[in-house]
Order: sequence, then structure tokens, then C-alpha cells
Amino acid sequence: MKNNTKRIIGFAINDFNRNKGISIATIFVLTITIMLVTGLFFFQGIAGYLTAQIQNKIDITAYFVDGTQEQDILNVKDEIIKMSPNIKNVEYVSKDQALATFSAKHKDDAVLGQALQEVGNNPFLPSLNITTNSDPAQYAQVANILQTSDFSKLIDKVDYSQKKDTIEEIYSITSNITIFGIILGIILILVAILVVFNTIKLAIENSKEEINTMKTVGASNQFIRGPFIIQGVIYGIISFVICFLLSGIFALILSSKVEVILPGFSLFGFFLTNWWIFVLIQLGFGIGVGVISALIVVKKHLEI
Amino acid sequence: MIKFNNVTKIYSQSTVVLQDISFEIKEGEFVSVVGKSGVGKTTLTRLILGLEAPTSGEIYFKGENLNTADPAKIQEIRRKIGCIYQDYKLLPKKTVYENVAYIMQVEGKENEEIDREVPKVLEIIGLGGKINNFPDQLSGGEKQRLAIARALVNNPEIIIADEPTGNLDPYNTYEVISLLQKINKAGKTIILATHDREIINKLGKRVVTLENGKIIRDEQAGKFII
Ligand SMILES: Nc1ncnc2c1ncn2[C@@H]1O[C@H](COP(=O)(O)OP(=O)(O)OP(=O)(O)O)[C@@H](O)[C@H]1O
Ligand SMILES: [Mg+2]
Repeated sequence: MKNNTKRIIGFAINDFNRNKGISIATIFVLTITIMLVTGLFFFQGIAGYLTAQIQNKIDITAYFVDGTQEQDILNVKDEIIKMSPNIKNVEYVSKDQALATFSAKHKDDAVLGQALQEVGNNPFLPSLNITTNSDPAQYAQVANILQTSDFSKLIDKVDYSQKKDTIEEIYSITSNITIFGIILGIILILVAILVVFNTIKLAIENSKEEINTMKTVGASNQFIRGPFIIQGVIYGIISFVICFLLSGIFALILSSKVEVILPGFSLFGFFLTNWWIFVLIQLGFGIGVGVISALIVVKKHLEI
Repeated sequence: MIKFNNVTKIYSQSTVVLQDISFEIKEGEFVSVVGKSGVGKTTLTRLILGLEAPTSGEIYFKGENLNTADPAKIQEIRRKIGCIYQDYKLLPKKTVYENVAYIMQVEGKENEEIDREVPKVLEIIGLGGKINNFPDQLSGGEKQRLAIARALVNNPEIIIADEPTGNLDPYNTYEVISLLQKINKAGKTIILATHDREIINKLGKRVVTLENGKIIRDEQAGKFII
């Protein structure tokens, strides 16, 4: 048995070396397929980042008129939560907190500090920071509550109109990207199917007689199938190594360019933190396609 | 050892190759199967190897009905038979040495034995100088001799030789036939399909003559008469 395994691996390595043309062609198509899958994973990472960004961005700040009682504001807060139950977060920021935050943020700015001192009293208004769950409908609902409820007279101004445009813009961008992703995914699957078929075809043309002969001299199915499967594994591993290195290099090179478009998102950082997922996807896909195509080819010819 | 029981083989409606054939081959026999080209000699050997199934009738190998034997059993039977195919059936991606070694590896033989036996048999058959050639780097006669070496290397109980001398010169033909005779003397069963009149007449062994899908003659110490 041990001898057999050794022989099967030996046959596989020999066949691999002797059919360099086919080996290289197979690795090439397999590499492209895996790169497409990898691309989709990168894309998913970027989309995930964008979504998170939007979720943080869609918020509304309601400033209350100076001198509004804290209890009144907290009532408004409860009201909003009651009317829009799955809202992500409503945070009360008092006059003093607003001043403290501002001072902390600009503590190095002497001019601003002086200006504040000259004003004398606290110029900030108490406010409610409302974070929606990135659903535009919910966003509209909250805006509506703030404008039309009985407590709207307590509100000095609502800060959302400027953001509205950006929010809608980001939404259209992400939905466009999603459509793009779906199209890419379809192309990807088509390519993958083509690759598998191509691999099968090449192998069939090459090994039909051979499998036949092995069968007629009484080789067991395992003995015949083994080398083809091991070859599939070899194709998968080599393609994986190539793809893994390529993804790392691409991520490194494109990282700075992507950061210009998406501030705060590091492509290479994404690669580094998720390296084991890359290994899993690329190795799994490579070996999977390699072995399954080998199985299909041999199965077809073993039936005599 | 091998028994045909009312075997009929029809490839398609129009080509009836064997028709209701019954005969038996005993252990240690040297049987020649003769007949015109296309009469069904190769088909007969393929039936014994389980590479074709009879349209009707049964074939027994050592009492095992090939119709009902499972694939693993059939493969075991094939390993017991050394077969020289008319179309050689060499492994194109393996060298001369590897082609012969493969047969032993299939049998699960140890490496030491393989390293010992393969060069020996290649030497006997006159391919000692070509062990690293691939089949497509061999002449027709060399391919045939490689096919013979492969059939002999496992020291099988039965050798089926389908036209083993078709591509050989008279000297090599003589060598191969006397080799088969020697193996037969050692107690092995030989089935030889040929249309070489001279070989048959010289052998003086059992001859089964096929014609039109029937066995028209089956004689011990037969002659080639068609
Ligand atoms: N796979 C097949 N499908 C259909 N017909 C076949 C097949 N194999 C053989 N035949 C037909 O069966 C007949 C017998 O063929 P076979 O190869 O057994 O002849 P043979 O006696 O070995 O001839 P030769 O002396 O030329 O080798 C031929 O007419 C051939 O055309
Ligand atoms: Mg024939």
C-alpha cells in the first residue's frame, strides 16, 4: 500500500514533467480563475468597508434652542426611539459636553481658544446625535419626525440637508458597484466552467489510450486514477502559490492608489489581516478544480 | 482453464463475429487460433480478457463466469494473463523500461524485484540498448518486442499472443516462437492468434480454425488449412 502511494506520486510527477505544455497551460488558466475569485474577495472587502462607512455617515444632528430643559430633550429622544424603533443610536450631547469636545479638539489652536474666551459664556447648543441604520427610508422618517412633531418648536435647526446629497451619492455608487460585482461574478463562473472543461478536454485527448491500456493490463482503478488526481493537486498548489504572491504584490502596489479613492482603507492591510482566508479560498479553489476535473476525466474512461 | 459456452458475439446488427462457439482450453496447452483477417481472432482474445462482453453465452476463467464477475475480479484475471496485443497497447508517455516496470508495479511487486527482472527481460527480447526510449522512438518490430517483454515479465500463467510476429523479420519471428514454446514447456498456457502458415505448421500443436463465426476445425497437432 505504501509502495503503491509512492508509485502513484512518482507517476504523477513524471507525467507532470513530461507534459510541460499541458501542465503550464492548465496552471495558467487555473491561476486566472483563482485570481478572479480573489478579485471578488477583494471587492467584497472594499464593499464591506464602504457599507461600514455609510453606516457611520448617515446621521442627523438636531440642535435645540438655547435653554431647553434637559428633561425635554431626553423626552424627544425617547419619542424618536419609540416612533422609529430600529434606529441605531440616539445620543444626547449637552451644552457643556459640546464645549468640552470642541475645546479638546482645538486645544492647540490659540486663536480659537481666545475667541471662545471673549464670547464669555458657552455658545454651544445642546443636541441629539441620531445615527440611522443606513436605510434611506429610515433616514427620511427621522427627518420627518423632527420637522412635524409637537416638539419641533424646541429644535433650533437640524443638520442633515448637506449630507443628504453625499449619502444618496454614496448609495448610488455602492449599488453600482454591487451590480458590477454580480456581472463580474457571472463572468467568473463562466470562466471557471470554461477552465474546467478545457482542462478536461486537454487531458482526455492526451490520456484516453493510456487509461485504456492501463485498464487492459489489469491496473486497479485506484492505480489509474491516482496519478491524475495527484497531478490535479500539484496544479492546484502551484497555482495557489502564484496567486498568493500575485495578490500580495497587487495589494501592495495598488494600496496607495486605493487609499486616494477610499481614505482610511488599506488594500494591503486588508490582505494582511485576511491572509488565511486568501490561503483558504485560493488553495481550496485551485485544488478543488484540479482534482474534480481529474476525477471527471478518468471516470469517463474507466468505464470499460 | 478457459471455457467458451455457446458464445455469440455480435458487434452491430450486421457484424456477427462469433456464432455459438464452444470450446475449452486446458492448463498447459499451446493453442493456435487461425483464420482469415476479420474472422474474429482478436475478438476472441478480448472476450477472454473481459474487454468485450459476449452477446450471449458464457465464458469461464478457472470456473469464474466473466459475465457475473465484478470489476475487481476481472482486473485480477487480467493481471494473471500476459497479453501481447496486435496493436501493442504501449503506454506512450512511459519509457521502454517504465512500460515493462508498470506491469510489475500493477502487480504490486517490490522495487528490488522490478529492478532485477525488467533489464533481464528487455535483454532477452533484444531491447537492452533502448530502455530510455519512448514508444514513438521505436521501430514497428521494436514496439512489438516491447509488447512481448511486457507480457512475459510477470511470469503469467497464461500468455495470449495476438499476432505477435506480424512486424518481425524471420529471425526474430523464430526467436519469439521458440521463446513461447519454452514458456509452454515450463507449464504455462499459450494462446496464439496468427495467420502465419509457417509458424503453425512448424509448431505441431493444437489448432483452432475459425471461419464465418464458427469453429470449422479443432485438431491436436493441426495444420494451417483454410
Ligand atoms: N469494436 C468493434 N465494433 C464493431 N465491429 C468490430 C469491432 N471490433 C472488431 N469488429 C469487427 O469484428 C470483426 C472481427 O474483428 P477481429 O479484430 O476480431 O478480427 P481478427 O480475426 O483479429 O482480424 P485480423 O487477423 O485482421 O487481426 C471484423 O469484421 C471487425 O470489423
Ligand atoms: Mg486481430
